[in-house]
Amino acid sequence: MLDIRNLKVLYGPIEAVHGISLRVEEGQCVTLLGPNGAGKSSTISAICGVAKATGDITFLGQDLLGTEIEDRVRAGISVSPEGRRIFSNLSVEANLQLGAGIRTDRDGIEADIDHWFTTFPILGERRTQSAGTLSGGEQQMLAIARALMAKPKILLLDEPSLGLAPRIVGQIFDMIEQLKSEGMTILLVEQNARQALRISDYAYLLNTGTIQAEGTTATLGQNDELMAKLTGLG
Amino acid sequence: MDYAIQQMVNALSFGAEYALLALGLAIVFSVMGLVNFAHGDVIAVGGYTMVAFAAIVTANPWIVILGAIVAAALTSVLLERVAFRPVRYADPTTGLLTAFGVSIVLQNLFLLFVSPRPIAVTSLYFMDVPIEMFGVQVSSLQLLESVTTVLVIVGLTLFLNRSVWGLAMRAASLDFEMVRLMGIRANRVFALAFLISGLLAGLACIFIMARRGSVDPHLGFNPVLKAFVACVVGGFGSLPGAVLGGFLLGAVEVGMLVLLPQEYGGMKDAFVFGIIALILVWRPNGILSPAVEKGDKL
Repeated sequence: MLDIRNLKVLYGPIEAVHGISLRVEEGQCVTLLGPNGAGKSSTISAICGVAKATGDITFLGQDLLGTEIEDRVRAGISVSPEGRRIFSNLSVEANLQLGAGIRTDRDGIEADIDHWFTTFPILGERRTQSAGTLSGGEQQMLAIARALMAKPKILLLDEPSLGLAPRIVGQIFDMIEQLKSEGMTILLVEQNARQALRISDYAYLLNTGTIQAEGTTATLGQNDELMAKLTGLG
Repeated sequence: MDYAIQQMVNALSFGAEYALLALGLAIVFSVMGLVNFAHGDVIAVGGYTMVAFAAIVTANPWIVILGAIVAAALTSVLLERVAFRPVRYADPTTGLLTAFGVSIVLQNLFLLFVSPRPIAVTSLYFMDVPIEMFGVQVSSLQLLESVTTVLVIVGLTLFLNRSVWGLAMRAASLDFEMVRLMGIRANRVFALAFLISGLLAGLACIFIMARRGSVDPHLGFNPVLKAFVACVVGGFGSLPGAVLGGFLLGAVEVGMLVLLPQEYGGMKDAFVFGIIALILVWRPNGILSPAVEKGDKL
């Protein structure tokens, strides 16, 4: 579904990702693991069109490089970005409405908003409240729900557990697992390796802009040395 | 008593005009961080359109007015397309200089192709008749101006809170890239901001022209200056701030006119700006400046 070859991501003169290749098949949950500065978020930014990149990014047979950010969303790529970036000056409901900005089916949008308010009653209770008043975990749920309002074909999740309490992290991962079981294709960026590997099918380990290891989560799980490094116990 | 009410009406109508002007600046600034100093020249385009319509097409004042509003709106959108789009993501100072450049070019076009002298527009005289309300003499123009501004504020508030495009514009003022990541086209959001700004310029143009009765190449300078001051006082980027700043500026100006003795009359502006400076000492970012934090980035 998403096929990336020899991707290099550039921030001005600095190259953050040095020619990586990765694939996400339909219905899969693929995780990019790695420490800070490994190039995980840069890869996500390049897929969204926010960061400058060279190489090949093919999505459903369509070449994405050189297309505008908006067109990539319309092609079916939605992102819940690092730092969540919810619209804190707008109401919770308005955030979801904007998430559906590319859709025109008013009734469907209403129904989907109601769906999220039922799934996360806390968001429903605060539908008219400004989104900036939500807690970190609630903002993360809103950010994911907002991304899903566009009815994407693939969901990019950039560090959804960042800065959240362990109990909330569990909830977020349950939500991602639920989405996966409903057939959503997911590309997940995480530092929380244990949780991420639990729910994904395939994983890539990035470090300093290159892929150090890759494999199905079952294979990676058997590599004790790697697991120790990833989970910070080594 | 009558005198006091009379002056309050004056303050209100001046304030309404400044608020209308300031909103035109603020809506563009809030979305793209551009102080559009060419806003005044968009007003002048409206004025010249009135001249052209009255001379060539018809003397019907309603058509002349409609023509001016449409011309101002189209000019504003056109300026975005040809002048501001290329510098959209550039440094704010680049945008500011571009706006000055556009302003100078437009003023020189008026000088070269129309006339350096003021041209009279008589079609709008009918708007300014004295009427008596509750025993106070007011001008119909002042009344119209205040009512129009209130309607504009109500309309804008509804638009920005209820429609998806309005919400997108508010979201864009916080995080434009994220709005694009919703698939909402940046080009449309910018064009819309300039369209609204142009419509506001067109409305302001009517009242300015009705009061002055003539247009010259520098028609826009004073209005855009007032709008800028109102925005600074109210807090740049905040639409309620622009409205508040506009009304405050109107009140301070009229207050100075009333309170200053005759022989100091020429120093009115010095006192007005002195008070503005004091307000800025109290609130350096303007009274209703938007909060600076951009959500919680970790």
